[in-house]
Amino acid sequence: MLKKITLEVNGQKRTVEIDDRESLLEVLRYRLELTGAKEGCSVGECGGCTVIVDGANVDSCIYLGVWADGKKVTTIEGIEKNSKTLSPLQNNFIKMGAVQCGFCTPGLIMSSTVLLQRHKFLTREQIRRGISGNLCRCTGYQKVIGAIEETAKES
Amino acid sequence: MYPIKSYAEAKTIKEAIDILASNDNAMLIAGGTDVLIKARELKSGYVDRDLIGVTRIDEIKGVSLDKDGNILIGAATVFYDIETSPIIKEHFDIVAQGVGLVGGPQIRNAGTIGGNVCNGAVSADSMPSLVAANAIMMIEGKNGKRELPISEFYIKPGVVALEKDEMLTHVKITKENYEGYKGSYLKFAQRKAMDIATIGCAVLLKQNDGKVEDIRIAFGVAGPKPIRAKQAEEFAIGKELTIENIEAICALCTKDTMARDSWRASKLFRENLITELPIKAIRRILGEKDA
Repeated sequence: MLKKITLEVNGQKRTVEIDDRESLLEVLRYRLELTGAKEGCSVGECGGCTVIVDGANVDSCIYLGVWADGKKVTTIEGIEKNSKTLSPLQNNFIKMGAVQCGFCTPGLIMSSTVLLQRHKFLTREQIRRGISGNLCRCTGYQKVIGAIEETAKES
Repeated sequence: MYPIKSYAEAKTIKEAIDILASNDNAMLIAGGTDVLIKARELKSGYVDRDLIGVTRIDEIKGVSLDKDGNILIGAATVFYDIETSPIIKEHFDIVAQGVGLVGGPQIRNAGTIGGNVCNGAVSADSMPSLVAANAIMMIEGKNGKRELPISEFYIKPGVVALEKDEMLTHVKITKENYEGYKGSYLKFAQRKAMDIATIGCAVLLKQNDGKVEDIRIAFGVAGPKPIRAKQAEEFAIGKELTIENIEAICALCTKDTMARDSWRASKLFRENLITELPIKAIRRILGEKDA
């Protein structure tokens, strides 16, 4: 059934008509043309589709689009500071070589953004736990962890 | 698009129950981390269902203490909110340990304790701690409210004692079941995250004068239902917790469990875990650093 939902996406209020069987990922990619969140496994294992809903990182592939009605959603497109410059975390990902093929990067940035919001100080062990829902098949994680650690130190 | 028939959202418990009672095809959905995945893989019983969302029902969200000091955990409370709840941290940390080991962060931000127990999976990480604490399942249906001990809640794998028009609203931990107890939950799995328990073990311990006043040892994945190692528990009463006694107590755990072979692990390996995990859990409660 078609339903009208209103959500705040990356700071902008958007009203869209969606099928209530659609996932949030489908709403973002096909209705709102925000293709930063990726579909990897589609069963909540890989974290490629991670977005932030009301301050919490969730897998948008196993999240109904209608659940986002009235909520604030942030995708990788909304992470850039003032929509102009990269966030400190994104800069550290580049600086430390934490990006290879890049498919997992949007999801990793979303999860680690929440991690940095929730914790002032982070050990490498806490970082590992915080990104345990995001798979990366290229980097071996060390540089990703390094980039998050560096950002936590700077903030 | 998920292969579901429709979706409706309940704002109150009553609304959810009314739909459940009037529509045979209706099914509750909370965080969706289980139901949506099963629907997508076209699992029997999950396709073309009329889903009823419950995560906007405020009455069943959050952790609170009632006037008698019992802990009430709303069925639609997500794992992260349980793990970080000050009430849980202070009085019933063992369940925080359990839900902190579910999946990964994204799953813990969406999945709920109600979904975890109502899907009847014996591998649920919240369950052994609740079983150890003799949790009371608070249920509401067309015929009103009722309370059921968790020992009677699990019927068989995937099936719990909820009638068609009923839903779990809260899980209650009564004061006498947490006050004075220290607990430890251990999960053995192939990986540290994003994995399902091979064996889950919860131990709650109350000591008096260096001796065991009461101990509860509960297991997940040690049989078709949650299991309490009653014989080991009875044997432990009054004993001092020397390493010899701890080993003797835990050696009795397999007397009550019904582990089986599966692709995840053999019966023999599971029984080894059933003996070793509670030893480690007790030593952790006693504050031994290397446990």
